[in-house]
Amino acid sequence: MKVMIGQGSCGVATGAKKTSNEFEKLVAEKGLKNVVIDKTGCIGTCYLEPIVDVYDDNGALETRYVKVQPEKVAEIVEKHLIGGKPVEEYAISDVDKTFLEKQKRIVLRNCGVINPEHIEEYIARGGYESVKKVVTSMTQDEVIDVIKVSGLKGRGGAGFPTWFKWNEAKKNPGANKYMVCNADEGDPGAFMDRSVLEGDPHSLIEGMTIGGFAMGATEGVIYVRAEYPLAIARLEIAMAQAREKGFLGKNLFGTNFSFDIRIKAGAGAFVCGEETALIASLEGERGMPRLKPPFPAAKGYWQKPTNINNVETFANVPWILANGGEAFAAMGTDNSKGTKVFALAGKIKKGGLVEVPMGLPLKEVIFGIGGRIKQDKQFKAVQMGGPSGGCIPADLIDTPVSYEDITKTGAIVGSGGMIVMDETTCMVDMARYFLDFTRKESCGKCNYCRIGTKRMLEILERITRGEGRDGDIELLEELANKVKDGSMCGLGQTAPNPVLTTIRYFRNEYEDHIYNHKCTAKSCKALIRFTISDACKGCTLCAKKCPVGAITGSVKQRHVIDPDKCIKCGKCEESCNFGAVVRE
Amino acid sequence: MTCKKSECQCGGNAAQDFSELAPVLDKYAKVPGSLITILQKAQDIYGFLSIDVINHISEATGIKPAKIYGVATFYAQFRLQPIGKYLIMLCKGTACHVNGADMIEEAVCEHLNIQDGETTEDGLFTLNNVACLGCCSLAPVMMIKTNDGEETFGNLTKDKVKAILDDYRAKEA
Repeated sequence: MKVMIGQGSCGVATGAKKTSNEFEKLVAEKGLKNVVIDKTGCIGTCYLEPIVDVYDDNGALETRYVKVQPEKVAEIVEKHLIGGKPVEEYAISDVDKTFLEKQKRIVLRNCGVINPEHIEEYIARGGYESVKKVVTSMTQDEVIDVIKVSGLKGRGGAGFPTWFKWNEAKKNPGANKYMVCNADEGDPGAFMDRSVLEGDPHSLIEGMTIGGFAMGATEGVIYVRAEYPLAIARLEIAMAQAREKGFLGKNLFGTNFSFDIRIKAGAGAFVCGEETALIASLEGERGMPRLKPPFPAAKGYWQKPTNINNVETFANVPWILANGGEAFAAMGTDNSKGTKVFALAGKIKKGGLVEVPMGLPLKEVIFGIGGRIKQDKQFKAVQMGGPSGGCIPADLIDTPVSYEDITKTGAIVGSGGMIVMDETTCMVDMARYFLDFTRKESCGKCNYCRIGTKRMLEILERITRGEGRDGDIELLEELANKVKDGSMCGLGQTAPNPVLTTIRYFRNEYEDHIYNHKCTAKSCKALIRFTISDACKGCTLCAKKCPVGAITGSVKQRHVIDPDKCIKCGKCEESCNFGAVVRE
Repeated sequence: MTCKKSECQCGGNAAQDFSELAPVLDKYAKVPGSLITILQKAQDIYGFLSIDVINHISEATGIKPAKIYGVATFYAQFRLQPIGKYLIMLCKGTACHVNGADMIEEAVCEHLNIQDGETTEDGLFTLNNVACLGCCSLAPVMMIKTNDGEETFGNLTKDKVKAILDDYRAKEA
């Protein structure tokens, strides 16, 4: 019997380590020799963590337990591991099971199934077979052809055909070429790559090696965020194991192809997601983009031909080589093939990692898989593509998730962040939030990006403070278009997208702020007012909590807030047990 | 040019011991493109990059201090000031923002009486807002980092965050 405990970052954050320790302690105490305690990566259903899977002796999943805090462990050990009878009340519900059943898992095929620190488990599921086939029996062109047939496009955001980049890098002459993996997942609100790195690092190593073979590289570099310590640790273990087995290093599978990989930890800069900036950073410089051409495929890392793909792109590659390009191309739409992983988060009931075939309507992802909105509020919009993307409103919820359809809405598929917003999210504030981010992350090279984003942010801040002026919306639009045109790299070219899409779909909210001095979502502090309604029981709690003594009233009498004293901290609203404090 | 240590007015400890950094410099000083790696390791050892550390790295690598300073200030990870024993990395990613990260920041600031980037007077806590920790489904999230490792806390509320900070403080008492 095997007990697998999900220990990705999300699992660990909810206490999976304590749960695991408790299992180990009790299993040892009871002397259960036939029970193995093991760990696995992200299972994807983050909202149910910590998750514990119990497998029978034949390796079949017997029961999946969810939200297993340490205090539940004793009962599971006693009744299930010893008594042989699953504790149904802690097991995953049928409704929650649909979260996984509606998905198609290619990139995440091993996440939550194998222990990422045991290479044998990856091999047992067909791992390293593809690279063996490629290196021992295929030519570079044949590999590139398979990827071409598959229609795989870069999953990092730009959506450029992978085969084309590999082919360019292959055609450019040079003895030293580099295969680089961009694991610097910088979009706030996206965690697809982290989950693959933590849950299935070998698929990345295998994908990179195949790509390295196809383009003729001998060295791979993984540029990974320093904020992902667990991912770095698991990658290092995986690389050491792969070297030991002869899957990395000199003369792979007895051929004259040699390939090895090293890790380079990034130091935190969003702009390093842009490939020339990433290369500058790899070279130990400030991560500032360079002019293209020359493209990295011609002159990249140390001026050598270099190819850069992100983690998810590489994780698809071993599957494509094993199952054929046609099988991959059979999924998706005409121009967007295969599956895409999304990080579903925000005001959604069931947040987590979701992998679906391209072309599925947004509605299916958000409502079908993600369940409803938290506290059953009204769905307002979904943000895709992070700071480079945009907000898609509720009436476009039937849009298919594909590169071409999402782009038409003004957003982008991006790397896969999907942040759901409800009626209480202010869209002007969302635009302000993203502009604040891009303004800080602008490297400063192009004037329009450096100064333009700052000016746009100032206008947005003014509007959210209730000091918006007539003409501000038009000024924002003008600046947005100039920043797009006047910036050299993708950061500046896309930074205005969150502003433009919110103006396009939620212009009324901007107008409400500017002309009516009202925040439609009742979220901007400067534009709301707290009052106490008839529901007040006179319990005096709010008056006690108020830090500035703005609330008066006697016991069992309706209380009153003095608007001149109120600092709108919201403490009264939080503390009221009767919902009597209302925002206006 | 580097200043003679005895005359150095830059506020550092003139007799700072760089022996811990020596193996790092032996390995990387002459490898092109290793500046970021060296700075990361130096920060791991000393907690932050003092002007003395920057000057020392400059001597060993031949890279000008101004350039090292330029790189160090470009990336969010590097600090030029010392930090507290516990580094609070408060996530300000999109999912956390939508789920009230500002409120959590307020609670931390209020409870510890510091702002983003500052350290408490007793030297225990430093608050750093970060772009995204990647635990978006558990938003709002923060990570507390020490020399021994890090711990992540999710689904935070104002009360929960205060209790967590009190727990850390109690450990020190």
